[in-house]
Amino acid sequence: MTRIRFQQSLENLKEKLLAMAGLAEQAVQRAIEAYRERDLSICEQVNRGEIDINLLERNIDQAALDLLAMEQPMAGDLRFILSVIKINAELERVGNAAKTISDRTRNMEKMAVAELPVNIPRMAELASEMVRKSLQAFIEADAEAARSILTMDDAVDAMNKAAFKSLIKVMEEQSHLAPQALNALMISRALERVADHATNIAEDVIFWVQGDDVRHHKSLSLIQEQQDKGETTAS
Amino acid sequence: MLATVLVVAPLVAIFVYLVYKGASSLSWAFFTDIPKPVGEVGGGMANAIIGSAILLAVGSLIGVPVGIAGGIFLSEYGRGTKLANAVRFTADVLNGVPSIVMGIAVYSLIVVPQRHFSAFSGGVALGIMMIPTVCRTTEEMLLMVPNSIREAALALGVPNWRSVLAITVKTASPGIITGCMLAFARVAGETAPLIFTAFGNVGWSARLNEPIAALPLQIYVYALSPYDDWHRLAWAGSLVLIALIVLAVSLVRYVTSRGVLKGAS
Amino acid sequence: MGVGIEVKDLNAWYGTNHALQDINLNIPANQATALIGPSGCGKSTFVRCLNRMHETIPVARVTGTVRIGDLDIYMDCKPVEIRRRVGMVFQRPNPFPTMSIYDNVAAGLKLNGYSSRHVLDEIVERSLKNSALWDEVKDNLKKESGASLSGGQQQRLCIARALAVDPEVLLMDEPASALDPVSTSKIEDLIFQLKAQYTIVIVTHNMQQAARVAEKTGFFLNGRMVEFDSTDKIFTNPSDKRTEDYITGRFG
Repeated sequence: MTRIRFQQSLENLKEKLLAMAGLAEQAVQRAIEAYRERDLSICEQVNRGEIDINLLERNIDQAALDLLAMEQPMAGDLRFILSVIKINAELERVGNAAKTISDRTRNMEKMAVAELPVNIPRMAELASEMVRKSLQAFIEADAEAARSILTMDDAVDAMNKAAFKSLIKVMEEQSHLAPQALNALMISRALERVADHATNIAEDVIFWVQGDDVRHHKSLSLIQEQQDKGETTAS
Repeated sequence: MLATVLVVAPLVAIFVYLVYKGASSLSWAFFTDIPKPVGEVGGGMANAIIGSAILLAVGSLIGVPVGIAGGIFLSEYGRGTKLANAVRFTADVLNGVPSIVMGIAVYSLIVVPQRHFSAFSGGVALGIMMIPTVCRTTEEMLLMVPNSIREAALALGVPNWRSVLAITVKTASPGIITGCMLAFARVAGETAPLIFTAFGNVGWSARLNEPIAALPLQIYVYALSPYDDWHRLAWAGSLVLIALIVLAVSLVRYVTSRGVLKGAS
Repeated sequence: MGVGIEVKDLNAWYGTNHALQDINLNIPANQATALIGPSGCGKSTFVRCLNRMHETIPVARVTGTVRIGDLDIYMDCKPVEIRRRVGMVFQRPNPFPTMSIYDNVAAGLKLNGYSSRHVLDEIVERSLKNSALWDEVKDNLKKESGASLSGGQQQRLCIARALAVDPEVLLMDEPASALDPVSTSKIEDLIFQLKAQYTIVIVTHNMQQAARVAEKTGFFLNGRMVEFDSTDKIFTNPSDKRTEDYITGRFG
């Protein structure tokens, strides 16, 4: 087998990305636990973890850049490195979302405990599962598994929309609970974004494995519809 | 350095010795007079000089075209074929034929049917002796032309024969000319083949179907004679022979080296 | 203007060695098409079948059809005629060593009988301009020998020589592999300009070069053409695993 060093470098890059994924998943888990237990020490852990995530993001991007410059990757290798760079960015944002959850939790700790019509732990479970599955699809280079994640996003979106409606209602009708409701809203939003990032990761895996760009299919079909109707000349 | 000295030294030694022995007998008369009868002093080798020139001209006219054509065939058309191998073998054998045998062969083939000695038969003998050298050198020089040049010409849509002549042969021409000169220089000094063909002539003759004098032949005859006078003329003749060969070769070199382009090898 | 090339069921042999097997492909006009593949895969042999140079080797044999434009080059005309319509540039620059720059460029015309000085002057100038060499040699056209130029210049001289006979197709067999990166870039830029007038087929070991200059790329392996597609598809997402393995450098 030729290009052994390059193979090794690609493996190393993969290992790094998986480490990044581990950190990101852990951040989300911790943030939700902090929310559930109202434990500020766990928020501290999330903050420290955020630093590691940011440093690792830089490291991975640099490694990927070096490989692009030095090894002239083609075809599958090129798509792999490109998707590593993208997944790297998505994971860093997952880390940011976890920090948001942690910050909101810390904010809520000073407030009274309130019963709110939103199932944060359930949303978190779904979002985390999506992240885990998308990374699993990456590890196994399984495009079909990745495709199945794309539909899971809808469930989380629906939950977020419902949470939005009901929390607005709480803020209108029980204005003394508005601060908690607002924080809960932001946490729900953060989890919805985690699910989006997981979806993006799945799309990047599909691009890597099959060379198929499945992003923004809604926009594409919209353009297609308009073209069919003759309403636009956009290509 | 040592090798150069070893090669050049004998050449210089011979030349110096010839000058020493022969220069004193050189005179205007040498170049303009024909030999005087035995016993008389003086005389020259003018007829032999002219005779050699004529014989070499005839020989070259036969040897050079045939040799070059053979070389072109061996390199450009017949490479690897059985015929080419046969031709090459024949040329090598011809090269090894002793010059006296060549003379006798031409004697049987031309002199006997014609019933007289002639410059023509002498020229033929010399020409045949030139062929192998010219042929082999031409082949070698053509083989040294890189194949990429031939391909470049063919890829331009140039017919093969034209490419061979205008490109390949032209590229190899310095070497081919050297080959011709080598052959020329070699036969210029041959005596044996002329004994039974040109025969020699004490008087003027420039006609192809008459016996003709030749420098080497004359030198041979004079050297073997018992007369001191003739011995001196023989020395002079040797000096002149070498000088003329050197002159001829230099002339050809000069003429062909003019017009060489800047940077071309 | 360039013409398209249509190849059908092309097979080629060197004696008993079946060097090309069942090649079918269409090379588009006025584009550059790259042929890549490992050593000995047949890409050079293929290209030499396009101008009938393959048959200059004594034991060579060809079957199948090659149409250049509307001409069946094996049936409708003689090799010499085809080679005037399909020019070739070789891996090592091979200017004629005994000729000046001018004579080199004009060689294809002179040796085919053209002699009008005025016309030749014009064609030589045009060809040297088209091969981006004019400015560098215009003062020394008849004094400098072709062999006195640098490697990159010599190759451009060979390109000018090929262009002078006004072909429709230009075949380039690894034209830049003997050149340094700067000369290579110059040749590649040249190919870009030449595409407008000629159809170019370029054999190359250098995949990045194929990616840079060619619209379409064909991958040859063991005498067969494995894949032929637009260059960006071949290099970002090839259909055949053998193509992918070659492109990513994975063998064995």
